[in-house]
Amino acid sequence: MSTATRRTMELLRVQLKASAMLALTYRLDFVLDLVIGLFWTVSAVLPLFVVYGGPSSRGVPGWSFGETLLVVGCFITLQAVIDGAISPSLSTVLDHVRKGTLDFVLLKPHDAQILVSTARFQLWRVAGLLHASIVFGLGFRELGHGPSALGVLQALALLLIATAMLYSFWLLIVSVSFYAVKVDNLSNLFTSIFDAARWPASVFRGVFRIVFTFVIPLVVMTTLPAEALLGRLPWTSLLASVGGAIAVAVVARVVWLLSLRRYTSAGG
Amino acid sequence: MVQADGAECPSQGGEDDGVSLRAIPTLLKVGFAEAAAYRTEMIVWVLSTTMPLVMMLLWTSIADVAPVMGQAGSSWSSSTFVGYFLCVFIVRQLVAAWAAWEINFEVRQGTLAMRLLRPLHPLIAFATSNLAYLPMRTLVTLPVAIFLVATHRDALSSDWRLWALFPFTVFGAWLINFLVNVAVGALSFSVDSSLRVMDLWFALFFVFSGYLVPLDFFPQWLRDVSAWLPFRYVLSLPVELMTGKVSFDEALGLVLRQVAFITGLAVLAGTMWTRGVSRFQAFGG
Repeated sequence: MSTATRRTMELLRVQLKASAMLALTYRLDFVLDLVIGLFWTVSAVLPLFVVYGGPSSRGVPGWSFGETLLVVGCFITLQAVIDGAISPSLSTVLDHVRKGTLDFVLLKPHDAQILVSTARFQLWRVAGLLHASIVFGLGFRELGHGPSALGVLQALALLLIATAMLYSFWLLIVSVSFYAVKVDNLSNLFTSIFDAARWPASVFRGVFRIVFTFVIPLVVMTTLPAEALLGRLPWTSLLASVGGAIAVAVVARVVWLLSLRRYTSAGG
Repeated sequence: MVQADGAECPSQGGEDDGVSLRAIPTLLKVGFAEAAAYRTEMIVWVLSTTMPLVMMLLWTSIADVAPVMGQAGSSWSSSTFVGYFLCVFIVRQLVAAWAAWEINFEVRQGTLAMRLLRPLHPLIAFATSNLAYLPMRTLVTLPVAIFLVATHRDALSSDWRLWALFPFTVFGAWLINFLVNVAVGALSFSVDSSLRVMDLWFALFFVFSGYLVPLDFFPQWLRDVSAWLPFRYVLSLPVELMTGKVSFDEALGLVLRQVAFITGLAVLAGTMWTRGVSRFQAFGG
């Protein structure tokens, strides 16, 4: 392992440890996250019960109840990742930018992107993964069969890809914050757009289909993993997703570096 | 009027009411200027109300295959859903309140002490600054409203009496929202994570207010439950009036219940606020 990689790993370990200690201090948060998350999970699943349970409604075209539950499961998983690992760190950056304390981060002898991206983890948001597993369980019970090993592997790969994409989008938002300071609600906007990811892709038609596949690839993030779990994901989709994720990541990195160069500290 | 040591005597007496009333127009003007100054921020907030549109996509994709039957025997076509969720979007913009975050922030930062010193009840200040955003918010929702009237007029009510009730229910809905915000904000005096309670409120609101699923699709027992919870009166009631999903007589009964909830919440929020303020010591003070 090169020195740089080892130092990055060491840094990640230290930052995680700090967040873990913080999480252990606020143990009550775990219970709160568990309870409130349960309500959110219910509110995510309840419309489906109505959609599939009504006397005349046949549900989302092309998706059975169990299959749709798998999409919602992926959605809840990714939401936990966002709330736990992505959004807390990047909102600290927004704070730094607004207060002008980002200078102290930039002065540290390590890559600033890694420093700010690992600044804070909300570890108790792991609770969301518990809820997701309940939804997955319900879905597979409804379907009557479990996923194949290959399907699980593909789905995990796609969820990792989705995480990389979400992270890149967040980094782009942070880069914008160097230009327009008041963007904490811009990240809010992204969270609410991500809400659309809870439905299978067949819900989106026309312009929405194109936007949510190629511009903000919500379809890649939740529908494709669900299709992988169902064992009907074409390899080409997986490859295209990897390509897309790499492209977004490169763009985000370049934009980040360009914005950093333009950054002039507040009150400096 | 001599103001007693404000930090010691946070609650204003009755004699200040005149001052408060006279201050309101000015406060509204200041609030409006603020709304105009932070207009981009506000538009981003408005845009982040995507949930009605997300739900609209789901429901129209289903209703395009075949109309969905509600519990009350009404048939919902794709265009009924578009009308419904556009109304939801508009009402949601008009009844938004955010005092809980402001109060929580000011309690933690200690800046609430400044507000308590002023010869004006802080809750009046919060309420007016919130209401002052209304003209700008109306302006932003105007395109949606025009689109709604132009293209989905048949999804709207044609009974003028329902439209006459509509503004009152919108104001009532805002009042409920605001009072809940005050009550949760008052929790900040004793609990650090009071805003989590707001999360809980929102989760329940999503389910029981018709925000995700029109109440028409709930099974009867769940409809009965929602009639006894505040959430229907925060969003669904004005929307039901707009879309004509209720008769005038039903609407009157619902308005009465809304008033009952406002009264109850006013007492609750008032008590919690007074209790909270009495134990408030500005941080670092």
